[in-house]
Amino acid sequence: MRMTEAEWRDLVICLLCLGVAACFPWMVGAYWLSIGVSIAMFTVLSTSWAIFSGPTHFISLATAAFFGVGAYVVGIGIDYLPYYVLLPIAAVLGGLLAFLVGLATLRLSGVYFVIFTLGLAEFLRQMITWVQNISGTKGMYVLTSITEEHIYWQLLALAAGVWFSGWMIGRMRLGFALRIIGDDETVAKHVGINTSRAKVLLFMLPGSVAALAGAIIAPRYVYIEPSIAFTPMLSFQVVIMALLGGTGRLWGPLVGVIPFTLLWEVISISAPNQTTLLLGVSFLVIVYFLPKGFVGLVASIKRHSSIRGAQ
Amino acid sequence: MDVLITGLLLGGTYALIAMGLNLQYGMARIMNLANGEMLVAGGFAAFWFWTGGSISPLLTIFIVAPIAFVLNWSIYKVFLQPLVKRAKSRGQLEVDSILTTFGLSFVSVGVMLALFGGNYFNYSYLSVPVIIFGDTYGANRVVAFLAAVAICGSLWLWLSFSRAGLSIRAISVAPDSARLVGIDVRRLSALAFALGGAVTATGGALISTFLTLDASTGVVFTLKALVIVIMGGVGEVRGTIAAAVLLGLLETFVATVIDPGLTLAAAYLLFIVVLLFRPQGLFGRRGQ
Repeated sequence: MRMTEAEWRDLVICLLCLGVAACFPWMVGAYWLSIGVSIAMFTVLSTSWAIFSGPTHFISLATAAFFGVGAYVVGIGIDYLPYYVLLPIAAVLGGLLAFLVGLATLRLSGVYFVIFTLGLAEFLRQMITWVQNISGTKGMYVLTSITEEHIYWQLLALAAGVWFSGWMIGRMRLGFALRIIGDDETVAKHVGINTSRAKVLLFMLPGSVAALAGAIIAPRYVYIEPSIAFTPMLSFQVVIMALLGGTGRLWGPLVGVIPFTLLWEVISISAPNQTTLLLGVSFLVIVYFLPKGFVGLVASIKRHSSIRGAQ
Repeated sequence: MDVLITGLLLGGTYALIAMGLNLQYGMARIMNLANGEMLVAGGFAAFWFWTGGSISPLLTIFIVAPIAFVLNWSIYKVFLQPLVKRAKSRGQLEVDSILTTFGLSFVSVGVMLALFGGNYFNYSYLSVPVIIFGDTYGANRVVAFLAAVAICGSLWLWLSFSRAGLSIRAISVAPDSARLVGIDVRRLSALAFALGGAVTATGGALISTFLTLDASTGVVFTLKALVIVIMGGVGEVRGTIAAAVLLGLLETFVATVIDPGLTLAAAYLLFIVVLLFRPQGLFGRRGQ
């Protein structure tokens, strides 16, 4: 694969940034490290979400479901298998679940997909609660020697992996097909693109990434029960952060994740009951004031100033 | 027999809620994901009037319905009409309205949490037993069912036989062509949306007589109403009623035979089956 000079330059900048981010745990205390873990987690989730939802315009609310599956893989398996074997299992299961969901809904209109993914986390939560009621077990303990720093570095590596796959997909036939689907699905069908197949394949990426993130985070919870692993709020946070940043660029979601995670932290400390209100207002702000996110805002300001400069 | 009648009674109330959503999604073309919050607000109003002034929920609905109508009319005018105007395609409008109504839904949950707190609330209205075919049922369920049937019936009559109903059905079938025959699509869409909200709030007031609600249960009802509307066929009144009764029966069956914690899972399973085998709904036409 041939790379241009600009691409080499971007690659070097990215690696430098990742290197600086990797030193974060040595620079700050425990409190800021926990915020760093949240930021890394939401970066992973929002970026992989945007890789699928950006070009296809299908709003997925299944993040919490995949995340919960990953957490449960670790919760169930930690007594029998070593931790590092569980991570790929979680990724495969998440991808498989995404494949099944995609098969059932992605050939239909976007509304069905939204509703289906909205219910998925709740469905899995009720099923697991029911199975636990029958078998008499309640929650599960995940006791490992994994520290907050380890979790942070794993998430950072995963984020690098997500960015890399997003960049690769953009260069592949699949990425090209998706851009056409995003512009006009009818055109895409007419030029012979199997639109359902492309969408199902792509949906497996956020599915397995979210499951992997859930598996990585699981040791942090120590105690896992359905209402912790499958929090519906997570799906909405991910959607807001990705849209706030903008889905047009790979680094777009990151621009939304950092301010929103900090804002969320402030609100949940000072007024814990008002987090839902914050979510609601953010949705409205995105639709009415930032339809293309911060990325789109910057682009339009640039365009304005260059027009003015030309005059 | 017990399951059958309980399911039927529940299905009747579900039909009313789903009718509200169907008016909004099928006719006004707005996928309203804040529908469940309107229901909870209706329930809150009934609770408030009953505990505060001992006003029967059956009378409350005559206050709730007009307020909800005006409220939803304003929501449509302020938030949704700009989206309808700026949308270049149906898909664009769908994404925008989904995000907006999610936003509205979270905002109203937040407001209700601030006003009423996060507690469950219920009250006892007409909780006297009624005997039907040898089994006993709560009178509140029977009354809610009868009220739901009356409202659904009059809605159906209105949609089928009145001139405004005919125009609204025309919008639901072909919004672009409707304009050509002199139908004011904008005004009637707002009307259908507001009416849908009023019907849902009424359903909430009725359902609060026998179910316990709290500020954040709205989304569960939204999900159930969506499943019913899609199962029955978008824009189909008879389909909605049939699907609602089916869901009521299935839920009651699952709750009594397997586990009461699985009611939403049952609805969801039904939804998967519909999506796989009949995505246009039981009564829907293909290729809409």
